[in-house]
Amino acid sequence: MSDVTAHPSAGWARWQRSWWYHAVLYARTWRGSVISTAVFPLLFLAAMGVGVGHLVSQHAGRVQGLSYLDFIAPGLLATTAMQIGEGESTWSVLGAVKWQRTYHAAISTPLEPEDVLLGKLSWVGTRALATGVIYTVIIGLFGALHSWWALSLPLVATLIALAFAAPLVAWTCTLENEGALITFYRFAIVPMFLFSATFYPVSAYPGYLRPLVQLAPLYHGVALARAGADGHGSLGALSAHVAVLGVMAVAGLLWGRHTLRRRLVN
Amino acid sequence: MLTRVLPRFGSRRSIHVFERNLLVYRRQWLMMVSGFFEPLFYLLSISIGLNKLIGTIHVGGHPMSYAAFVAPGMLATSMMNGAVIDTIFNVFFRLKIAHSYDAILATPLDVSDVALGEIWWALSRAALYAASFIVCMVLLGDVGSAWVVLCWPAALLTGLAFSGVGLAGCTYIRSWQDFEFATLVELPLFLFSATFFPISLYPRWLGAIVSLSPLYQSATLMRGLALGQLSLLMGLRALYLTAVGLAGLRLAARRFRRILVP
Amino acid sequence: MSVEDLVVEARGLVKRFGAFEAVHGIDVEVRRGESFGFLGPNGAGKTSTMRMISAVSTPSQGTLRILGLDPATHGPTIRARLGVVPQEDTLELELSVRVNLEIYGRYFDLPWSEVKERTRELLEFVQLSERANSKVDDLSGGMKRRLTIARALINRPELLILDEPTTGLDPQARHLLWDRLYRLKREGVTLIITTHYMDEAEQLCDRLVVMDQGSIVAQGAPSELIEQHSTREVVELRFAQDEHEPLRASLEGFASRVEVLPDRILLYVNDGDEVVGQLGRAGVNPASTLVRRSSLEDVFLRLTGRTLVE
Repeated sequence: MSDVTAHPSAGWARWQRSWWYHAVLYARTWRGSVISTAVFPLLFLAAMGVGVGHLVSQHAGRVQGLSYLDFIAPGLLATTAMQIGEGESTWSVLGAVKWQRTYHAAISTPLEPEDVLLGKLSWVGTRALATGVIYTVIIGLFGALHSWWALSLPLVATLIALAFAAPLVAWTCTLENEGALITFYRFAIVPMFLFSATFYPVSAYPGYLRPLVQLAPLYHGVALARAGADGHGSLGALSAHVAVLGVMAVAGLLWGRHTLRRRLVN
Repeated sequence: MLTRVLPRFGSRRSIHVFERNLLVYRRQWLMMVSGFFEPLFYLLSISIGLNKLIGTIHVGGHPMSYAAFVAPGMLATSMMNGAVIDTIFNVFFRLKIAHSYDAILATPLDVSDVALGEIWWALSRAALYAASFIVCMVLLGDVGSAWVVLCWPAALLTGLAFSGVGLAGCTYIRSWQDFEFATLVELPLFLFSATFFPISLYPRWLGAIVSLSPLYQSATLMRGLALGQLSLLMGLRALYLTAVGLAGLRLAARRFRRILVP
Repeated sequence: MSVEDLVVEARGLVKRFGAFEAVHGIDVEVRRGESFGFLGPNGAGKTSTMRMISAVSTPSQGTLRILGLDPATHGPTIRARLGVVPQEDTLELELSVRVNLEIYGRYFDLPWSEVKERTRELLEFVQLSERANSKVDDLSGGMKRRLTIARALINRPELLILDEPTTGLDPQARHLLWDRLYRLKREGVTLIITTHYMDEAEQLCDRLVVMDQGSIVAQGAPSELIEQHSTREVVELRFAQDEHEPLRASLEGFASRVEVLPDRILLYVNDGDEVVGQLGRAGVNPASTLVRRSSLEDVFLRLTGRTLVE
């Protein structure tokens, strides 16, 4: 009997406690973070969308049929989602399993490592969703949304964040020190930000480089976000983008269950 | 040389603080090397893509490719970022978290030696980054004149200006959360200091505000040098950067003293 | 006594932080070759005093001579001849034990060859030779403390200043540290130590001052202080009942002083065994009785009070 009543709490009821933990942790520093969440897209769209956009309009005119502002605004949403996914799942996770050992404290309660992982990832998803809503509104204020499909942008942001967060949490759990994180940021995240056809179309690259660009997960996120803002896109291409990101998230989750348990229990 | 400009600010012993940093970073050389790649990636990305979308632009009547326009701004930005990381982040850590300076001050070294030593360090790293960046600019064809060699001292001056400001700013930071404010200052400087588009796109009054930005002055100075478009205004720009740096250093020395030897 | 024999000479030393006065005009003289202690509860002004004596903090008032020099004008010269062991280790955690010493030696302008030589000797001295290449972060608390002491010795200081050298260490580590400090003293190094461990002060200090709320409340050799401020022995009585205060009147006749604590009653007496006998004859029956020698701890608590000072 008691087993039956205990069982339901094995699901959401248990890992939501880990979600709350991460939410409370974030609440301590939310003020600075919210300011930058709102200010960053404003500044960026003003400088790149309007300023550089003016220069583009004088020479190339439209980019893939879009004004330059329309072209980069969804890319901004996608890269921000990537940064949330990356930022929430590297330093803070290493801190929690190595320096402050808060995850060790968490599993000395009824929580299992899987609960901690699901709580963490659901929190990343929540933050990406909320940021996605704010960004979508700001992009809309700049006049860069042209379809009701734009309502899906917060979900796109969530998917991108999870696609990055899940494998990164898993990988971070295997690290002994922060050196690899710095290298990863500078040699993977920054180049991905710059070269994933965020600021200009993939056609700018020579033909042999294009498949390489299309390997970047962010490329698929940017393409998905652009289709959402614009309302155009082929079903086949869009499903492929969703599939790439979805597979990353799920594979990362499965891998993370393994690495986090090994890190915490052994 | 610097010690003569700043009478009674630090002594020869400050070099030992530099030595200390060298020993600490010897273990983290990959981090030092990788820091150089970030601006290079920006430069490459712009040369490949935006250069095609924008083509040739006219700045102050001179035609130039977009990549040639942006490159000096990236160099200036790289100097700013490097100085901010070296002074604000690392010095904050040593000042308030690790208390490394408390140990140093028990030796014959003085507070001003510590501040000066950190600046030697920041400038040496800047010298290395700047030199390799300028070589890349030349290789990518973003340079139009041999005057570009003067970009090197100009970049160092930029480093000095931001190190001074950063060192002073660092003393006001209370916890890691306050770094958000550093980013809030850095980001608008980066985006709006006529780094990505010419100042002529702004309304006149806004342009006047932008021209107060040390990053704008530095980028414009180095653009003139890289493209060989010399003017007397450059002297003023260099002077402005020097003044910003010295003011920052003065404030930093006073604040350091108050924090370390109350 | 000639001036050269005074390593530290302070007159009316005052330290203020804004409106708060941490040290209220103290006079201190430390002689060459002695080991001198500063005792006091937390917040007594010990660390402020130590920082002034280390020539890193300027006195707000009064005169201070360290090694015969004025720290206001000769700070670097004085610090070149001092060794300082601060309360916090402030080691470079990311670097190896050896490099920590080498870096520090360079701050004193020692040539590299001498720094290397000295580092080897000191690691031997504090028994860390085998850990020379370990990262400091991986050392135990006692090892870090020993390394901090080795660091303070790199310049062969005439005066070694130690701020709570053994706080937080286990008994083995404390005794090892004490042993190293004895050896230094034998070699003629003057020691200044703050501590709130009374056994440590009794073991290590030739003379000491007790500070409380920024002032010196007593000074002398440990044995002199015990003689002046306490009796030869102390009888500790525990009773089955919780209320001790009513017992005070019945005990007052047996001792020169009676102190009632929450868990026990202390009788300050000259001959403990004799008093215990008298108590038995008078029909006082404690649950347990302990006779012990009076210690510096009794002096300290007498002078600075039993209330917890934070």
